[in-house]
Amino acid sequence: MSYDYDKWLRPGKLPHIWCPGCGHGIVMKGLIRALDICGLEKKNTAIVSGIGCASRLPGYIDANTLHTAHGRAAAFATGVKMAKPEMTVICCGGDGDGTAIGGNHFIHACRRNIDMTYVLMNNHIYGMTGGQFSPCTPTGAKASTTPYGNPDPIFDISKLAIGAGATFVARTTAFHATQIDKLIAEGIKHKGMAIIEVVDDCPTTYGRRNKFRSVIDMMKVLKETAVPVAAAAKMTADQLEGKILTGVLYKEDKPEYCEQYAKVIAKAQGA
Amino acid sequence: MAKKVALIQGNTACALGAVYAGCNFFGGYPITPSTEVAEVLSEELPKVGGKFMQMEDEIAAMASIIGASLAGAKALTATSGPGVSLKQELIGYACIAEVPCVIINVMRGGPSTGMPTGPGQSDVQQAKWGTHGDHATIALVPASIQEIFTETVRAFNLAEKYRMPVQVLFDEIVGHMREPITFPEPGELEIINRTAPTVAPKDYKPYDTSFGDVPPLAAFGSEYRFHVTGLNKAQDGFPTTKAEYVDAEERRQVRKVESPENAAAIESNEEYLCDDAEVVVFAYGSTSRSARYAVNELRKEGIKAGLFRPITLWPFPEKRISALGKQAKAIVVPEMNLGQMILEVERVTKGTCAVAGVNRVDGDPLNPGEIMKKVKEVM
Ligand SMILES: Cc1ncc(C[n+]2csc(CCOP(=O)(O)OP(=O)(O)O)c2C)c(N)n1
Ligand code: SF4
Ligand SMILES: [Mg+2]
Repeated sequence: MSYDYDKWLRPGKLPHIWCPGCGHGIVMKGLIRALDICGLEKKNTAIVSGIGCASRLPGYIDANTLHTAHGRAAAFATGVKMAKPEMTVICCGGDGDGTAIGGNHFIHACRRNIDMTYVLMNNHIYGMTGGQFSPCTPTGAKASTTPYGNPDPIFDISKLAIGAGATFVARTTAFHATQIDKLIAEGIKHKGMAIIEVVDDCPTTYGRRNKFRSVIDMMKVLKETAVPVAAAAKMTADQLEGKILTGVLYKEDKPEYCEQYAKVIAKAQGA
Repeated sequence: MAKKVALIQGNTACALGAVYAGCNFFGGYPITPSTEVAEVLSEELPKVGGKFMQMEDEIAAMASIIGASLAGAKALTATSGPGVSLKQELIGYACIAEVPCVIINVMRGGPSTGMPTGPGQSDVQQAKWGTHGDHATIALVPASIQEIFTETVRAFNLAEKYRMPVQVLFDEIVGHMREPITFPEPGELEIINRTAPTVAPKDYKPYDTSFGDVPPLAAFGSEYRFHVTGLNKAQDGFPTTKAEYVDAEERRQVRKVESPENAAAIESNEEYLCDDAEVVVFAYGSTSRSARYAVNELRKEGIKAGLFRPITLWPFPEKRISALGKQAKAIVVPEMNLGQMILEVERVTKGTCAVAGVNRVDGDPLNPGEIMKKVKEVM
């Protein structure tokens, strides 16, 4: 199948800011394919991000785009969605943006089950500021602020989203490029809060410090650690050690927030 | 037909003023002494098809109103001390991205948790300088229940007209005090809405200064697609670090409020017995009520005292205060803080008259006697 990338790319905005080998570009291509698959209208599409390398994505997309403040994408997006529930609202951003400074907004957007799709690019690091550790940096890994190895345990973003109440949670990696669009498209079509975690790579600030010799090595790790949920069901706990599950991890039908609020309005108006 | 009157609290008047102004989105987080604004709006907004959201914190509340406003809503948040501090980064976002919205700050004692149920006026400089970076500020300081209603309406009008956040500050005393209010009829007060673009969608630039210092603003979900960022940007809304764009944009954003013509249009003061005043009391908010009483008593004693009451606190009424500084022997500045607006009075009068503060931060209002005593001291 061929996709219309040009339709969704803002004229004159490329080249992008991302380093060669950065996973965020792969995610952007996947997102564009998803927009195409869903047949969205530009006018009714809003893409909202925080701050970070990943959060620069909306500037390249020809839609209503909102590059907010660090961590606040979900909260801004909630305002957009509530003001215009007919719009398709997509958030995107990095692991630090979404789960550290923005963690509170992230979990509450999940809890409300508001009809948005959040594409979270997890490269395990604060890329933009030069490689400080994030809540998703593996324990023991090197970051510019963990010169002795990272003492912190990590967040499992997908589990966090499920626990917080998101009703569609999926994960894939930048290596599994063709799965990115399918999962995002499914998330967009899902009525409620959809979280799509894409595990990707930051060769510049994470790869180098952690002895990856090349982007290819980083991609190999993504390839080898990913286990589709169906396959994982047949594996032992030992076999799953250090692996990440990919595919649709959780899906549930629950009342959506804008619809719930429409009922509040009906009640207030004496319906 | 007789007009509708009621005996209501300042916070209720604020909420009803917002509805009158056409507010259709509220994002907030409960905090004393502002909570009633949220409570009333949770009931009133859905009646008119608006949305009320209790967000997870004040940062989210501020974010949600900016998002809603960009999607075309007239959006409000209400908070107090600690909540205002949390909102600061995003108030700056609304400044640089030029997004109309209104922030109510029912002031309590501070810093930190301070005195949640006590009044204060200690956020008046924060209103101007709380967010980082150079920016213009509009802040209104109503002093009665009726005025809270009309100033809330005006705050929306100014936010829409100048495409920026507007703050309304009143303290716990006026917020919780009950007074009679006469509700304006629909259509009686002017309602201003943002200027929408008229150019073809493909030619739209969200910061197009060929339309003047306040460029037209489209809404997400319309035929106009655009990009919004908190980075310094060029007229097309996309980030730039080019000196000439950054400089021009920063200066324009300040000029749209602080140029003499615009400042004069935003300014609003009440001058009471100032014409022949030898001592002027500069007082705002609830403190101005004690000051008025003090001025009346001083006049009875033959002292030529007057009251200058700013209703727009920022931009500061430089011209009038400078003139009064030349006319009067002294300006007395009572405040429920340790001396904040007095700094502006001193800056503007440039030593042409004596300037003296009367200050209280113990949670009790300033009483007329304290103000009278200071006036007599400086005479
Ligand atoms: C309030 C605030 N604190 C800190 C920063 C500095 N900052 C900018 S981006 C960033 C980290 C971004 O990391 P992530 O979200 O993982 O995105 P990535 O760059 O890795 O794609 C930080 C800490 C900021 N812009 N604002
Ligand atoms: S620093 Fe890392 S995350 Fe940022 S663009 Fe470069 S590779 Fe990507
Ligand atoms: Mg990151």
